[in-house]
Amino acid sequence: MATESAPLGQAPNSSLDTLARRERGRLFGLLFPGLFWLIVFFALPLVVILLYSFLTPGPTGNVIWKFTLDNYITLFTKDLYVNAYVRSLWIGLVTTVVCLLIAYPLALYIVQRSPRWRNLLLFLVLIPFWTNFLVRTYAWMIILANNGVINSLLQAVGLPRQTLLNTTGAVLVGLIYGELPFMVLPIYASIDRFDFTLLEAASDLGASRARAFLRVMLPLTMPGVAAGSVLVFIPTVGQFVVSDLLGGAKVDMLGNLLQRLFTRSNPPNWPLGSAMALVFMLVLTVAIIFYFRTTTEEDR
Amino acid sequence: MIEATSQSQARTATAARAERRTNWRTLLLALHSTLMYIFLYAPIVVLVLFSFTTDSFGARLTGFTFSWYGRLLQDQRLIGAAWNTLEVALVSTVLSTIIGTLMALAMERYRFRGRTSVDALLYLPIVIPEIVMALALLAFFAFSFGIIENITGRQLKMSLTTVIISHIAFSISFVVVVVRASLKGFDQRLEEAAQDLGANAWQTFWRVTFPLILPGIIGGALLAFTISLDDFIISFFTTGPGTSLLPIEVYSQVKRAVTPKINAISTLMLLISMTLVGLSQFVQRQRR
Repeated sequence: MATESAPLGQAPNSSLDTLARRERGRLFGLLFPGLFWLIVFFALPLVVILLYSFLTPGPTGNVIWKFTLDNYITLFTKDLYVNAYVRSLWIGLVTTVVCLLIAYPLALYIVQRSPRWRNLLLFLVLIPFWTNFLVRTYAWMIILANNGVINSLLQAVGLPRQTLLNTTGAVLVGLIYGELPFMVLPIYASIDRFDFTLLEAASDLGASRARAFLRVMLPLTMPGVAAGSVLVFIPTVGQFVVSDLLGGAKVDMLGNLLQRLFTRSNPPNWPLGSAMALVFMLVLTVAIIFYFRTTTEEDR
Repeated sequence: MIEATSQSQARTATAARAERRTNWRTLLLALHSTLMYIFLYAPIVVLVLFSFTTDSFGARLTGFTFSWYGRLLQDQRLIGAAWNTLEVALVSTVLSTIIGTLMALAMERYRFRGRTSVDALLYLPIVIPEIVMALALLAFFAFSFGIIENITGRQLKMSLTTVIISHIAFSISFVVVVVRASLKGFDQRLEEAAQDLGANAWQTFWRVTFPLILPGIIGGALLAFTISLDDFIISFFTTGPGTSLLPIEVYSQVKRAVTPKINAISTLMLLISMTLVGLSQFVQRQRR
């Protein structure tokens, strides 16, 4: 695939043909293993589900080689699937917005500390992110369970128990908890690059604090906000562990349906699952492009 | 990773002036941040605390015991799963680090046709939802195993091998990103100097390039190792019946019943993650 190659440092010398050939061989050797792996075990699997999405599901969970568009039609007409898309996108949106609202002030506070404190505080935000996602979700199970920590505390002070686990609220808390560091880091990076004297300039020119923030600081830190939002939004919408453990069977997200279509339901329906996964990827891509377009417009 | 690029002194001075003027704002920010840190750490504290409780429902702190940790050692399934996880993480880390480092060298040092496409292919596994990748791999393995069976008559099954293959596919991109970053800050004149002094390409690489980018390679390897240890979704869909990994085992035990035993194993996993973070921080500090 690589026909022209030249080391970056040196200018390509046309007279040294053997050298060029050797460089080409070297490049091929460097590139081949990774390219092979990514094409065979990443790109090809995506092609396989694209293929499956147009095939007919068989009665025993097998796949029948008959072309059909039924899978896509089912996705867009059956309430179960349409609702799952809408709910997942909605939960993703709420999680992203809440993360944004709580991460921005936190990042701002960290930036304004002295360098030594800054590193420590940032590190403290990172530690939970380095721990296993399952473990973090499980921690919320013990806190929110019917005989869990919060309910024990409520009872101790004489208040009635509350149903906290297996609710949409529990799923949201789990998701926000899991994704928060992804929002703090990019926002921190862009606030750190922000020149605070610009706020002084804005207020010297008569802008109120709120106006100075909205018209100067927010637009200039938008790249961090945009990056953080995408980093939070993508994994949130595709979740199935958090919604499974904290939402019970009550809060069905796309991930839960996908998991069931591929492994649990009787019989499994891989063609429909494949179509669902692909449409999900497409919807996500469109949402992200749309988001980046609107945020960069605000930039100007 | 966490490097506070401190800006000009002027900014600090202005910020300080602004701070004095709006003391209550800072106070509010401080309060908010304190609450955030409580939010971040309360679950972890609760998790660890309840791994020592004598209450077998794990709901109350009725007394202190180490017995749940003792029971972990008797759980053969759990121990088997832990070994599987370690094996997968080690093998996939070694392979993805080698493959990723080679690829990073190709991407940083050469211009070639199709370079942007390779770049896109490299970033896709990072941005694509994990569950889509996991399901695609599941479908792919089933599909290609079917073909292999038709042609050769050999029946292949999902196993630790398929998990390792999938973890490598996922980790390569992360290794490439980290190693490329270390290659960017690399002074290529050092390599030219070595070659002027008569070193061949092989010697130049092992004596000059490799030692200089080693921290980047170690950083990439640690990232790949952590990702592999923690991964649940891809392992869940690409493992075969009967071969469990630690996160999958924890998941199925949580689904069955909540006991302090799960807290105990979670606490241990927490400790391992933190050790790895500490290690990667240490390596990065050595770099400076």
